[in-house]
Amino acid sequence: MTSPELSAPARRETRPAGAPAPAGRRRAGTRPSWVLIVPAVLAAALAVLPLGYLAVRALERGPAYAWGVIADDRTGELLLRSLGLTTTVVAACLLVGVSLAWLTVRTALPGARAWSVLVTLPLAVPSYVTAFAWLSAAPSLAGFTGSALALTLVSFPYVYLPVAAALRGTDPGHEEVARSLGHGPFRTFLRVTLPQLRPAAAGGGLLVALYVLSDFGAVSLMRYDTFTRGIYTSYRASFDRTPAAALSAVLVVMTVLLVAAETRTRGRADYARTGTGTARRAVPAALGRLRALALAWCGAIVAVAVGFPLATLGYWLAVGTSATWDPATLSTTALTTLGVAAAGAALTTLVALPVGVIAARHRGRLAHLLEQAAYAGHAVPGITVALALVFFAVRYARPLYQETPLLICAYMVLFLPVAVAATRAAVLQAPPVLDDVARSLGRTPFGVLREVTLPLAAPGVAAGAALTFVVCMKELPATLLLRPTGMDTLATRLWTETGTGSFAAAAPYAAALILLAAVPSYLLGRHRP
Amino acid sequence: MRRPLARTLTAFAAAALLLPLAGCGSGEPAGLVIYSGRNENLVKPLVEKLEKHLGTNVEVRYGDSAELSAQLLEEGDKTEAGLFLSQDAGALGALSKEQRLAPLPRTTLDKVAPAHRGSAGDWTGVSGRVRVLGYAPAQVPAPPNSVHELVKPEWKGRIGFAPTNASFQAFVTGMRVLEGDDATRTWLKGLKANEPKAYDNNLKVLDAVDKGEVAIGLLNHYYWYEQVAEKGADKVKAKIHYLPEGDPGGLVNVAGVGILKGADEKQAGYAQQAVDYLLSAEAQKYFAEETKEYPLVAGVKTAEGVPPLETLQPPKIDLGRLDSLKQTLTMLQDVGLV
Repeated sequence: MTSPELSAPARRETRPAGAPAPAGRRRAGTRPSWVLIVPAVLAAALAVLPLGYLAVRALERGPAYAWGVIADDRTGELLLRSLGLTTTVVAACLLVGVSLAWLTVRTALPGARAWSVLVTLPLAVPSYVTAFAWLSAAPSLAGFTGSALALTLVSFPYVYLPVAAALRGTDPGHEEVARSLGHGPFRTFLRVTLPQLRPAAAGGGLLVALYVLSDFGAVSLMRYDTFTRGIYTSYRASFDRTPAAALSAVLVVMTVLLVAAETRTRGRADYARTGTGTARRAVPAALGRLRALALAWCGAIVAVAVGFPLATLGYWLAVGTSATWDPATLSTTALTTLGVAAAGAALTTLVALPVGVIAARHRGRLAHLLEQAAYAGHAVPGITVALALVFFAVRYARPLYQETPLLICAYMVLFLPVAVAATRAAVLQAPPVLDDVARSLGRTPFGVLREVTLPLAAPGVAAGAALTFVVCMKELPATLLLRPTGMDTLATRLWTETGTGSFAAAAPYAAALILLAAVPSYLLGRHRP
Repeated sequence: MRRPLARTLTAFAAAALLLPLAGCGSGEPAGLVIYSGRNENLVKPLVEKLEKHLGTNVEVRYGDSAELSAQLLEEGDKTEAGLFLSQDAGALGALSKEQRLAPLPRTTLDKVAPAHRGSAGDWTGVSGRVRVLGYAPAQVPAPPNSVHELVKPEWKGRIGFAPTNASFQAFVTGMRVLEGDDATRTWLKGLKANEPKAYDNNLKVLDAVDKGEVAIGLLNHYYWYEQVAEKGADKVKAKIHYLPEGDPGGLVNVAGVGILKGADEKQAGYAQQAVDYLLSAEAQKYFAEETKEYPLVAGVKTAEGVPPLETLQPPKIDLGRLDSLKQTLTMLQDVGLV
């Protein structure tokens, strides 16, 4: 470990004096404006709250006990299994997400707009439903294969959405130059387009990785022992919070390493548009003979990721007798879900903005730390984060405990990284020189943010908001513990009905979840800058 | 086009942040708050009856028993809950151990046999369930009469169980009490060697048996009756078998209730009345008829089709002695089953 006093000048020496700072970001020396720093630090402080709880619980029986839990052979084994699963799912999501984004945004794919809506829908399917559907159809999938399949199918939109937004935002001029210099469409994609997508794809991949690490629904159904299952066993089998906290702390370390690794892959390339900052729409690439193949690929993904779970819901309705069609409860529940999810998405996006802007525009320890903080708790299972919020709320915010505002704050803590990743990728594409120009023309830092940076980044930020909206809608563990007593969301109803095996009664709630998620997907699919 | 989008987003955000706040604080304050680890579908009608009986609003927070007990431990004496209705004895035991439960009066405790309540006198069972073998008749013409049969090689790869589920662990603890740690460890190793398939809960074990994914499964009796009620008797292929002669595999487990310390006097009063109501003939009959469980208070009959407890030969174990769950878990971990 280098001491901070030594590392700062050492880093500065790596670039010769007078060399231009990497475009897309400011020089290392410039500090972000207070307008950004203050809210960003507050956001980061909220995001690391659960870590404080983990420390309290993990160490309540002394460090030796906690270390005993962590150093156990089984812990290492579970960690390796989790990492194996994570790597596989991230690779699969990158392949599916990037290919679909390119096909729907940049090619003359027939029905591109409809496809771009359809391929974001899997996000609304709870991993539990997907895993259940596959397991019913093919029990032999249980284990690694089934877990990897189910998790890929529900989480590839984490990659698709930011990459599609980035593709819409990149300047086609780059590609036109490459084409004019003799590159074919495929080579252009590989050498010009793909590198520009790196921040969006890496950010999405990171979210997928953290999602896989924290998932319990799919792996428990698929009976694949992962690290998170170890944590749940600690609660469910031994009613013991100490080992669960110690194991969660390991996940936090994993997250910090993953975020650091992702930061390293970012490099120093220029992601912003050239020219005035108004991107034209790229001329869609003709698919030619590959059209049928491209259509088959999109169709297959939508069929397995959305069609198949929907068909399973239909099957539930057909075989069960518990179908008590109750439109009143369904619509009340749907409205409640919409309300809390929209509020959750709005708050999360708002809080993520300063962190995302700083992470995109600035280098240095502060920017780094803020981003790390936003992510730190994201791989920790929902139940642990929920208990952390219970711990703090009953002590320091008793009047808010089990009231809607606290539930919304919980969504913010849980899903901050989703919005931060989207904001950061979007801001990276807006040329920083425009910020400087606006400043020199007398705009305040806040004015620059409002009038220059955010309007340019709006599509990406909106994609992040939509993503957050959908994940809030299907959140379960924290909602169960923190919702106002008696309140139901679609996810909690789904949990209740499937808990007694009343699959027919559960089907309408699952279907409503998927349909409601289609609304933001549709808006985003339709929106073209 | 960008401008309107940003503006729409901002307006949307403002509306979204304000909307849910408007919905807060509706209705009369509840006289009693219950944390229920039992499913809403199973207990909601009973809660409505309880409301009438108490003459006050009853609010219920539903969740997983273990997670709710963790939540109650985090809340400590600042909890709003007056009563904890648990799916299993283990979650109540965890709260009892941390001294979060108030002692119950003798008159209440005496309604239930000592074997079916907590040894510290701070929680009581309200309904019983029996561990049974679920089997697929197509694969298993004659189910075995003891769990000890299951370690034979013929069952390799054909057993389903829910190792992290509280009722399975209570069964293992029961076996330790009945047959000793060494015998239990040997049995668990034999089970492990037969490569049983681990499921998340009893319902999924039953589902696996029903689909023929496994030939035999260890589960609680009432899941089968629930599935028959949901799908119809002819659509459920699995059958269940009650184990005779005090076999440890036929343990009787309970779902129970405890009053939380820290509730104000008024709520504690309602909570006490609620416990007595749950042990009343009306509520006991509800458990028997609706959830197909065993009533724990004398004089109430089991549902039709469910064999009465007297005709079964469950092992004679004091549930108060099942508190050595920690050792059970350590054993399961050592053997490699969880």
